[in-house]
Amino acid sequence: MEVRFRLNGEDRSVDVGPAQSLLSLLRDGLGLPGSKNACEQGECGSCTVVMDRQAVCSCLVLAADADGADITSVEGLGSDDALHPVQQALIDGGGVQCGFCTPGFVVAAAHLFESNPTPDTDEIREALSGNICRCTGYGGILRSLEGLAGR
Amino acid sequence: MEIERPTDIAAALVALAETPDATVLAGGTDLMVEINFGHARPDRIVALRRVGELKELNGSIGSGVSWARLEQGPHRALAQAARTVGSPQIRAAGTIGGNLATASPAGDGLPFLAALDAEVEVRSATGSRLLRWDEFLTGPKQNALEPGELIHSVVLPEEIPVRQEFGKVGVRNAMVISAVMACVMRYDDGRTRVAVGSAGPTTLRARRAEEMMSAESSPSEAAMSEFQRIVSEEVKPITDHRSTESYRRHAAGVVARRLLERCLEAG
Repeated sequence: MEVRFRLNGEDRSVDVGPAQSLLSLLRDGLGLPGSKNACEQGECGSCTVVMDRQAVCSCLVLAADADGADITSVEGLGSDDALHPVQQALIDGGGVQCGFCTPGFVVAAAHLFESNPTPDTDEIREALSGNICRCTGYGGILRSLEGLAGR
Repeated sequence: MEIERPTDIAAALVALAETPDATVLAGGTDLMVEINFGHARPDRIVALRRVGELKELNGSIGSGVSWARLEQGPHRALAQAARTVGSPQIRAAGTIGGNLATASPAGDGLPFLAALDAEVEVRSATGSRLLRWDEFLTGPKQNALEPGELIHSVVLPEEIPVRQEFGKVGVRNAMVISAVMACVMRYDDGRTRVAVGSAGPTTLRARRAEEMMSAESSPSEAAMSEFQRIVSEEVKPITDHRSTESYRRHAAGVVARRLLERCLEAG
């Protein structure tokens, strides 16, 4: 089945399988493995993307239902030459341990900073409450982003 | 798998009439988990995301209104409940209609609807029906929807008390399905409503506790304790992987009492 959407600023037309999630489409169909596949039930946030200006779990989006949507995955946020400020802040602040959860945190945090460039600690915690870090590296992530917020 | 993506309610109802066995997809936070784990493999899906009418929020609440929006009001206790649903990602996707359709005993939006005796408007290509919340929720994960019907909106009564509180007990703050939850409302004339979730096969009302407290114009400490005791007595919880029958019974009384205290403090 053909689905059209905008992905990281480019119009795409792709063939999706039955019962395929947007996460699976991104990773397996479009060669974008930044969004991670872990829980497949919306618990961990490692597959977070922004769809129509809202951060959502791409594992809970039916790819066929993404038709017409505007989607940004972590690949759309920065490049090796020009990191997104959230990515740079996490590097500078030691906000990365094993790195598996990092793309989801980057997307969720970038989404927060887009609407609120100077969030306080509670706002950062709240915005990241749907992202789980199994290394329990929350302190570093929080401090990195507090730094970015100028706190 | 075939998918219909209607952009208005009429087209959605036609699609459902043509394929009454189709699975309805709203926010996806329940259905996609079933699909991802291979527990559901629907042949036909009617996706409602593009139906603007279902997202309307004025007097009634469209079934497609997300928790993220309900978190912003206008109903205090429903906003408190919305705030406890999942995470920001889940609240952006999940809808109140999905809560009703899934009909989980732990549905966070349901105690608010039960406390108000809200009605559910369901529509099909041939007409519409209004079902009171307890006619709609027929059992754990069971509802009164017939093939070809979808949930259009939730209709609230005209009189809605300002003093309304929702509270939930779980093992942590975010991303938790509750061990027990309650919604308490107090009208100006003293009428009191208590709805409890995760403490029975469906959301339930503690009607004896309501009756007892509705007769108290300024409840004494003893009356509050009696209220708590009756709520604990009236709920019908089970022991499962999330909590035990006895803890839920105890917590239901405690939560209901605290919420009532907050209602009374609010003047």
